[in-house]
Amino acid sequence: MAYEISEYYKKHKGEAQWQDGEYTCTRTTMWSGPGCHNGCGVVYYTKNGKVEKIEGDPYNPFNLGKLCMRCINYVEAADSNDRLKWPLKRVGERGENKWERISWDEAYDIIVEKVNGIKKDYGPESIVCMEGTGRNVIWQVPYLCYAAFGSPNFTLGFLSGESCSMPRLVTEAVTEGEFTFGDYSAHFPDRYENPNWKLPEVILLWGQNAIISNPDSSLGHWIVECMKRGSKLIVVDPMLTWLAAKADIWLRVRPGTDAALAMAMNDVIIKEDLYDHAFVEKWCHGFDDFAERVATMPPERAAEICWIPKDTIVEAARLYGKAERGAGTWGVSVDMAQCGISAAQAINALWAICGNLDKPGGQSIIRYAFDQGLAYDYGIEILPPEVTAKRIGMDLPLKQFGFGATAHSDTLLKVIEAGGVPYPIKMFWFQSTNPIANMGAEAPRLYKAIKTADFNVVVDMFMTPTAVAFADLVLPCAMSSERWSQRNWWMPTASIRKVASYYEAKSDEQLILELGKRFSPELFPWKDDKEWIDWIISDQTSKMGMTFDELCDVVCQYEDFEYYKYEKGMLRPDGKPGFNTPTGKVELKLSLFEAWGLDPLPWYQEPPESPYSTPELHKKYPLVLTTGHRSWEFFHSEHRQLKLNREFHPDPMIKMNPETAAKFGVKEGDWVWVENYRGRFKQKVKYEMLHPGVVNAEHGWWFPEKEAAEPSLYGVFDSNCNNLTTMCQNGPTGYGAPYKNQLCTVYKVTEENSKIMPTEQVTRLGGFNYVQK
Amino acid sequence: MSKNNERYGLLIDYDFCTGCHTCEAACKVEHKLAYGQWGIKLAQDGPRKLENGRYEFVYVPIPTSLCDLCEDLVKVGKFPTCVAHCQADVMTYGPVKELAKKMADKPKMVLFAPR
Ligand code: SF4
Ligand code: SF4
Ligand code: SF4
Repeated sequence: MAYEISEYYKKHKGEAQWQDGEYTCTRTTMWSGPGCHNGCGVVYYTKNGKVEKIEGDPYNPFNLGKLCMRCINYVEAADSNDRLKWPLKRVGERGENKWERISWDEAYDIIVEKVNGIKKDYGPESIVCMEGTGRNVIWQVPYLCYAAFGSPNFTLGFLSGESCSMPRLVTEAVTEGEFTFGDYSAHFPDRYENPNWKLPEVILLWGQNAIISNPDSSLGHWIVECMKRGSKLIVVDPMLTWLAAKADIWLRVRPGTDAALAMAMNDVIIKEDLYDHAFVEKWCHGFDDFAERVATMPPERAAEICWIPKDTIVEAARLYGKAERGAGTWGVSVDMAQCGISAAQAINALWAICGNLDKPGGQSIIRYAFDQGLAYDYGIEILPPEVTAKRIGMDLPLKQFGFGATAHSDTLLKVIEAGGVPYPIKMFWFQSTNPIANMGAEAPRLYKAIKTADFNVVVDMFMTPTAVAFADLVLPCAMSSERWSQRNWWMPTASIRKVASYYEAKSDEQLILELGKRFSPELFPWKDDKEWIDWIISDQTSKMGMTFDELCDVVCQYEDFEYYKYEKGMLRPDGKPGFNTPTGKVELKLSLFEAWGLDPLPWYQEPPESPYSTPELHKKYPLVLTTGHRSWEFFHSEHRQLKLNREFHPDPMIKMNPETAAKFGVKEGDWVWVENYRGRFKQKVKYEMLHPGVVNAEHGWWFPEKEAAEPSLYGVFDSNCNNLTTMCQNGPTGYGAPYKNQLCTVYKVTEENSKIMPTEQVTRLGGFNYVQK
Repeated sequence: MSKNNERYGLLIDYDFCTGCHTCEAACKVEHKLAYGQWGIKLAQDGPRKLENGRYEFVYVPIPTSLCDLCEDLVKVGKFPTCVAHCQADVMTYGPVKELAKKMADKPKMVLFAPR
């Protein structure tokens, strides 16, 4: 049953392109937009420069021919008449949705004039560039920001505490000096058949419904493949997902308490002597202090904090601790708590003390293939040090020491709200990001802040609430099949081949290049996007020994992967065995944190608003609100305009236990208001198995079918869970934010209580009450 | 039935069907089915707690009367699109006689012969 190849594809094995009747078939890689974090192998069937059909490429080792609903329905998206077709200039007031078609040259002229004006009057740092998560703009937008605009202020779209991936990555960087990846055989082109790979005995899936979220360059269904072969599963999730139901142990954690749970599991493993003595003695630093610290969180204490029976915590720790091989995958839930860094530290320690690092079927130490690694800091070295020093949030400890190459969104908001201290923010560049609909916490507050900027540009595929509310210029970008590009995110390095075009839409690379040439031609020497990509492949990825055209022919290329790199002297610049950390070991006690005056050991802290930290508030808002879980149909705020995806998922849904619903006088299918003292939003009740004290609301909702102009603004605040979240409540490092652990109450939507919708409240009436103070 | 009069069908391993809806979507796209029309449709049982403390949470995709076993794709040597793209790789297309034999190897399988 596993991964058979059909006769048709056997016939076309090894061909990058072939003719099939009236169709040209092209084998290549898909990466947003639209889409997700991943790069699945696809075959496009094109005719007259249009994609007419798409199929999964069965020879692509990454997805082995499989596609999810979003790429299955790629043609509806690519072909949609609602896409942005050419550059638009605002003619009415912001928010009126009145535009005039202009040429690309006119658009570039306007941008050059505005940017130069701002640079002259206020300095380049007054320009902020933002992008969305995991999109194929990871390195492109930073380069525009640094090399063309000369600003150090590149960041994600008001992502509070940078709490998506960054806390986990930074923790890994200081703990073992490298990134890690659950070993489901993805580093090998022959995958499960690779003789060096071994099946994980147990998989620890922490805070992530992997089969839907497909995060950070991994496919959740790899885990299902391992389950079929016999891997056991431990799932940490507040909700009974399909994976949790299939798991050997489900840890129904109270949102925001992951650090306590991870500390307690470490404690059990240490006390019951289940850890890997040889590895700890030889390769870990600070074990005794670490053991002493986690002993302050015994399972009975964690049981009370996490709302999980003590025995279940102990059982899970034993299952993981006794396994010969444990792989782990962790999700954004780890980051989305004030003590996110600490949770990451404790989970990372679990992998380490059990000896799972870089072991087959364990936690692989992974790098960008062929050491390419263009990311958020691509081009930062171009800026003079005195300009880089002005980056917002540079005073935060980890930033000072070069960890995390973005400006700090929460501090940015404070700078704007303080009226521009230490300097004003005059321009936003939003490329493939829709912060008020999606990643920005406390969306109504952001709405006010962004409106203060003098000049805003939005680059996207469709008109969005962010574009209508703030943009002075809207630029159309190409979809994945319409661009020359590449993808290097762990393994493999993959080519993205242009096979189609859509009106005047340009690839993100092409428009950045054309614009960049107008500012600093010497930093944008490439003729076009294809030449730029070829330079990245031929020059910056020289270890691979290929040109871009050659890579297009083979679609993707894997670098040889070795296990136990720390034994072989493959991790440290000096070539000695060990890890690339100050002590050369895995740091259970972080010497860098110690040097920076931060607690070097994991700790637990209640979410800022919780049943225990704010009991009075909890009386009024008796439910823990978690947000942000993924849906099959959508990637964050994308895909809402597609008929097929919406047929599967027409409305935003808040998930709750039937018991909770009954207590609040509502039932499945009812629309409810979800409210706390910051504001409210409405979603439809869906029953799921959650703790009766926890509800789980969807994010990213706006309604392309509704009127674009304010006060409607596609209903962007009506069902927006970020009316209830906060900015500026981060951990001591500046990382981590309580997106997934707020308090709320719910009540049924009636005509009487719905006279003023949240979007009108925010856009016309000055916001919810508390913002006005 | 195929030209040699052998009946073909779909074997589903519902132990590992994740409910990803890919089969439903792929079928709709391939056959250009209108809103509300399905060539295959997921049935769901659970999630609910069993008396033994474990959970039941099962999906089974059921081909409808619109399923033509992707005649056009099969003709050119491809698998039906639901089978080709099934995220959990739990669908197999083939002659029912052969598929029935595979059912002996593993529990929690169901065989559909839609036409
Ligand atoms: S949207 Fe689905 S099919 Fe497309 S790249 Fe992402 S995981 Fe793969
Ligand atoms: S075999 Fe084809 S027609 Fe039948 S359900 Fe699958 S995709 Fe639909
Ligand atoms: S595509 Fe496969 S895993 Fe997904 S719902 Fe259909 S049968 Fe289940």
